[in-house]
Amino acid sequence: MGLEEKIPDSIILTTLDKVVNWSRKRSMWPFSFGLACCAIEMMSTFMAKYDMSRYGMEVFRPSPRQADLMIIAGRVSMKMAPVIRTLYEQMPNPKWVIAMGACASCGGVFNNYAVLQGVDRIIPVDIYIPGCPPRPEQLIHAILELHKKVEKESLKQPREHWGRTA
Amino acid sequence: MESKTLNLNMGPQHPSTHGVLRVELEVDGETVVRARPVVGYLHTGIEKTMESKLYYKALPCTDRMDYLSPMNNNLGFCLAVEKLMDIEVPGKVNYARVILSELTRIKSHLVWVGTHAFDLGAMSVVLYAFREREMIVDIYEACAGQRMMSTYIRIGGLAKELPSNFEKLVRKFLKVMPAKLRDYEDLLTHNRIFIGRTKDVAVISAQDAINWSLSGPMLRGSGVKHDLRKDNPYCGYENFDFDIAYGENGDSYDRYLLRMEEIRQSLRIIQQAIDGMPEGPYRAHVPGVVLPPKEDVLHKMESMIFHFKIITEGFKTPVGSVYQGIESPKGELGFFISSDGTNKPNRVRVRPPSFINLASLPVLCEGHLLSDAVCAVGSVDIVLGEVDR
Repeated sequence: MGLEEKIPDSIILTTLDKVVNWSRKRSMWPFSFGLACCAIEMMSTFMAKYDMSRYGMEVFRPSPRQADLMIIAGRVSMKMAPVIRTLYEQMPNPKWVIAMGACASCGGVFNNYAVLQGVDRIIPVDIYIPGCPPRPEQLIHAILELHKKVEKESLKQPREHWGRTA
Repeated sequence: MESKTLNLNMGPQHPSTHGVLRVELEVDGETVVRARPVVGYLHTGIEKTMESKLYYKALPCTDRMDYLSPMNNNLGFCLAVEKLMDIEVPGKVNYARVILSELTRIKSHLVWVGTHAFDLGAMSVVLYAFREREMIVDIYEACAGQRMMSTYIRIGGLAKELPSNFEKLVRKFLKVMPAKLRDYEDLLTHNRIFIGRTKDVAVISAQDAINWSLSGPMLRGSGVKHDLRKDNPYCGYENFDFDIAYGENGDSYDRYLLRMEEIRQSLRIIQQAIDGMPEGPYRAHVPGVVLPPKEDVLHKMESMIFHFKIITEGFKTPVGSVYQGIESPKGELGFFISSDGTNKPNRVRVRPPSFINLASLPVLCEGHLLSDAVCAVGSVDIVLGEVDR
């Protein structure tokens, strides 16, 4: 009907939001940064058996300047907390955070003087994964959920005000 | 022309420090003049937490120290408590513990060889090593239902009966592993780049290794024959026929060869243990201290009462202190427990092998190139969870 019929097959009509979100979702680069036990499960997720590269996510970046996704894999000690905050601030916008495991989400079994009771006290978190440590399937699920979340974002609303904690 | 040295921070976020280690480097051009490890970025207060818990409930904390070899940590703590309480475990438990502890050693060394090669630019080994690691993780899961933090070895025995497919899984692993080990060696042992990066790098002499009180592959790599499995056997290691691998030059390459040989020896031990596995109970019978078997708890009144009392109140230990060291994949892992007669430990002190091995980093790095510092940190085989605790 109307204009669409006259457009040749090689042209696709879409919205800018959809294209931007699709490209952000399909090339999300995680920050290669492990803290404790969960980092080993995170590595397993990216290795042969679970193979995270199926979702366009195998490119681990060792520098925060090149990363979009920060996976907090492990317990955050009081000494490490300011470092994590700095690393988060060094990442360019837009950026996403996954708190992997019980320790990063809420302190886990370590309710004591040394461990920060949840990384959301210092940086905003998009997805929390329970488990000690979570299985690789859980991390994959969390990342797919994050993809869904990215799809709903809009360029009209800056990410900073997009209903996150902290 | 004036020249001065440059201070450089390696870490706490650096891909080759295997976690959150920070090394303060002072470099003169490409040469490291001074290297000081700065630890504490993963300090979790595990020792203090353990002191506030009953003995059974302190056990899961040990898993989270050296998270690459959780079963060895469980074993060290359980052996220390068993020594304090004077508990004898049944023969089958010892065999199962030996098998699990050697599987854990292989698991830890696999992660080490993968990540160490990865740091030095050989990317493919880590993919293969994690593939074989998954087989061991599957055995863990069959035993305890958890992939990593199993807490399967308990005070006085095991958490539950070995799974019915345990022998099948272990035998399958024994069949698959030797060929895979040859694959890794094909990729690395004669690889000219790998040899160039590791040979005569991060050298420590036998005398220095002893003076820095190193243990495990760091000590044996320098040619010192010291292995607690032979020198101070626990869990009946004296019944098994195996050799201690040791190096000659004390460099990173020797430590690589040694760890590969240790995997081979571990396979030998597992083979003997699975062949000679006796029948019997999976827990010692010590009423009031060791949990009764689950079947009894469901059907017998006394067992249920004991179970309830142990879980809620724990058990009281005699006054005294005890030290038990075991040969973990990284070296001598020791647990010192001081008891004041209550149901909680008065003091728990861990002798972490990676922390003490890491202290030798200045000897390994100073006077060498900056890129060799990566190799030195890797070849110590540190786990920051254990270093900082």
